[in-house]
Amino acid sequence: MSAKVTNPRDYNLAGPENQNAVDAGLASADWYHSDIPRKVMKELMKRSDALATRDTLLWVALIVISAIGAIAFWGTLQVIPFLIVYGVLYGSASDSRWHECGHGTAFRTTWKNDLVYHVASFMIMRNPISWRWAHARHHTDTIIVGRDPEIALMRPTAIAKTALLFIGVPGIFQDLQVLIRHGAGRVSNAEKDYIPESEKKKTTFWARVHIMIYATTVLVAIIMQSFLPVVLIGGPRIYGVWHAVMTGLLQHGGLAEDVLDHRLNSRTVYLNPVSRWIYWNMNYHVEHHMFPMVPYFALPRLHALIKDDLPAPSHSIFAAYSELLSSIWRQRLERDYYIRKDLPPTAKPYREDLHTLDIARSDIRISTP
Amino acid sequence: MSWLDVCDAEDIDLEDVIRFDHGDRTFAVYRSADGAVFATDGLCTHEQVHLCGGLVIDNTIECPKHNGRFNYQTGAALRAPVYDALATYPARLNNGRIEIEVIKSSNSKNNNGPPL
Repeated sequence: MSAKVTNPRDYNLAGPENQNAVDAGLASADWYHSDIPRKVMKELMKRSDALATRDTLLWVALIVISAIGAIAFWGTLQVIPFLIVYGVLYGSASDSRWHECGHGTAFRTTWKNDLVYHVASFMIMRNPISWRWAHARHHTDTIIVGRDPEIALMRPTAIAKTALLFIGVPGIFQDLQVLIRHGAGRVSNAEKDYIPESEKKKTTFWARVHIMIYATTVLVAIIMQSFLPVVLIGGPRIYGVWHAVMTGLLQHGGLAEDVLDHRLNSRTVYLNPVSRWIYWNMNYHVEHHMFPMVPYFALPRLHALIKDDLPAPSHSIFAAYSELLSSIWRQRLERDYYIRKDLPPTAKPYREDLHTLDIARSDIRISTP
Repeated sequence: MSWLDVCDAEDIDLEDVIRFDHGDRTFAVYRSADGAVFATDGLCTHEQVHLCGGLVIDNTIECPKHNGRFNYQTGAALRAPVYDALATYPARLNNGRIEIEVIKSSNSKNNNGPPL
């Protein structure tokens, strides 16, 4: 079954779809949640400095070791394995640390979350202020067209352009463009929709801090007459981002738009232990969106508790990409197509009232449960 | 307005919160770790999410949706994305029952906002 959305969609937050979504009651709406007893949820939401510190120290240690190896073997073929490891730790693991610490769920201690958040924001080339607000909106209005600034795969998907994301382009150029724009004190019309006026100065400040670090790195590279500094700082946004892109596209790709049930627009995938550590368990993505204040280390427990209320997870990256690619291929011709997974008999039904919604009709309002 | 009866004190765990609806209004009623009781508006000032689903950590309540935090004893906004303070209400224990007085709210806008 597909949603009856027949008009061309405009994903721009500064466009007319934003107001359509608001008028339809899709903005800041009540979402479906699986039932979990309060005592259990409190246990699941508990933070742990110990676990996050252990994982962060391991992450930093591996970054330092692989960087030392890259420096030691620079100019030889032996540098390649060190850069592969360093690149993924810097360019991909930073994404999940940015995400988890942005939610404030990794550490119990606030300043530790904030410290890792800011460092990881720099590594993944994201403005820590604008992206905090973008991600808050993503959780308020997940995959609501015209409202969610983090929709990675828009229909129809530009397949070649999406494939290039795995090697950091055009992402790095877009990121640098945004960095310079923020540094100049400008936010886009779309950003104005979710960044409060009072946050703009902070957005500019942090953009300028990032620009200073990159400028210093380039200066050092020129003085040293070596690419090594930019390979170590900034470079992983190109050669190390592939794992973050690989896992990130699976979060919502090929699934429903404009629904208020995360079981329809988010995907849980079983991953190998290494990818799960790099990704900090964000492969439990339906669970994360339903209960965003559950820390990464508790997501497997949360999954075990509510899996009978969720569609079956994809059992591997390969399986998830098989369904994702077939979906975006089909969407080239059938823009309204999306993957609708069967629920187990133990699950509560999907909120059917949302699946026949014609978002282009502003006279329709969604009834809340 | 007189005090409203909410529930037995034992109905709320220490360091926890429950939802309390009265008429067309919704409140969050808390017990701190030492058993003291407090009351605030029930919805987050950021996106109108019910705070009763959030985690009580020391003297803060964390919104279950976006990690915004308030001091539930003063209502102060402590962490983005919340900026506006939460209205607080007098609360007391009376013979083992929790009561709140909803007419006396203290609601001041926190225009400076929390640090990031």
